[in-house]
Amino acid sequence: MIETLPALLAGAVLVAAFSIIIGLLLMGFDRIVAARMQARIGPPLTQPFTDVRKLLAKENVVPENAIPWLFNLAPIIALASAITILFYLPIGGFAPVLSGGGDLILVMYLLTLPALALVAGGFASGSPYATVGAQREMVTMIAYEFPLAIVVVAIAWRLAAAGISLPFSLATIGANPVWGLVGPLGAIGLLILLIVLLIVTPAELSRVPFDTPEAETELAGGILVEYSGKNLALFSLTQGVKTVAMASLVVALFFPYRLAAIAGISGFVGAVVDLLFYILLITLVAFISVSVIRVSMARFRINQVVSVYWIYLAIAGLAGLLLVMVDQIMGVV
Amino acid sequence: MKIPSSFNRSLWVFHLNTGSCNGCEIEIVATITPRYDPERFGIRLVGSPKHADVLLVTGPVTKKMAPRVRRVFEQVPDPKVVMCIGTCGQSGGVFYDSYNLDGPIDQVIPVDVYVPGCPPRPEAIVFGVVKALQKLERLEAEQ
Repeated sequence: MIETLPALLAGAVLVAAFSIIIGLLLMGFDRIVAARMQARIGPPLTQPFTDVRKLLAKENVVPENAIPWLFNLAPIIALASAITILFYLPIGGFAPVLSGGGDLILVMYLLTLPALALVAGGFASGSPYATVGAQREMVTMIAYEFPLAIVVVAIAWRLAAAGISLPFSLATIGANPVWGLVGPLGAIGLLILLIVLLIVTPAELSRVPFDTPEAETELAGGILVEYSGKNLALFSLTQGVKTVAMASLVVALFFPYRLAAIAGISGFVGAVVDLLFYILLITLVAFISVSVIRVSMARFRINQVVSVYWIYLAIAGLAGLLLVMVDQIMGVV
Repeated sequence: MKIPSSFNRSLWVFHLNTGSCNGCEIEIVATITPRYDPERFGIRLVGSPKHADVLLVTGPVTKKMAPRVRRVFEQVPDPKVVMCIGTCGQSGGVFYDSYNLDGPIDQVIPVDVYVPGCPPRPEAIVFGVVKALQKLERLEAEQ
């Protein structure tokens, strides 16, 4: 935990700048690899930066029947809350800026905030397309919360069963990689939970196949339909930061390893190695759960989204949880 | 309005049909296939005129469509480019002098680039985009 206020502020600014830059780079990376998978060349890596710069220079239209203050406030809240998530997640070898102030439960609640801001912005747009999109976003949110909670609870339960105190704290999870605690049966369970979390990620980020709230082809952009210029730029920054946040959550839960500690490098070089290793890991997570899934699948209908999460992924998650529990009980016996 | 330097490397396109026969639409879709891959230059098809920088207009503008064309044009935030795809939008084409036309397109909204053809080949549309980029660069140099 950082003690002094100036250090806290400096850390917050650094994390915000880091997450925005890495987020936009991840989006560019996603667009390139998606293009390569479709036998195209694709845009340059810095394309999202160009897009944001262009959007910032464009006219900002507020529709006549929108609620202006809410319409303009929603993108700011979305970006701020997305950055706030990263204050509680470890980045590379660095402890979270606000570590000790919150745990996984708080992160789970914070993850809903950008989506809620989007919903508020959608309803405030006063457009039927945006309203339908906002309703779909709410349904999607309700749908993916359950499998996400199963994954988080399963890991915390395993740590608690091993007699570790504060199982929901991210510092505890980081210090005790969960793979080291389980036997072969539990490892299969954890693998299932990891896959569930990787499939929750695209819904959290509203990417194909769970982009029903935005649905370019049927809702003309859904929630974002009325947004333009500066506000749309803020939402695309939010998209990048959310990608970093979700990938960081996956990494923090399942791969809290530090290369520098394993290789025995310390000091400044160690910190750099850790940071690069962490960027590699989140890129890998984003590649699998955003790019690969989005290229290989079409969009689900909204009722299919609900049944995918509440029935199939919930069953898969519960099976994973059950395997982890059986593994623990057999280990004790 | 000032044109930012990032504008012509990030053109987002909105497509508007004003009564076209669907021939030009198919050629526009052919233009965004992997064979031509306009995403290399940051060009993307978007679903809402509010997100767009370029308005691709096809068709001869029927009487019923004219007010909608004006509305969509006004919804595109400045700075913007209008491209007229196909012969219909330029002269009416086979519908020339028809009783139910308010067009051609430049009678309804200002047009920056014309791409002739019935329908124009994807190469012609790409060439039209190049012309639009040249025009943008000229405007950028002038301001």
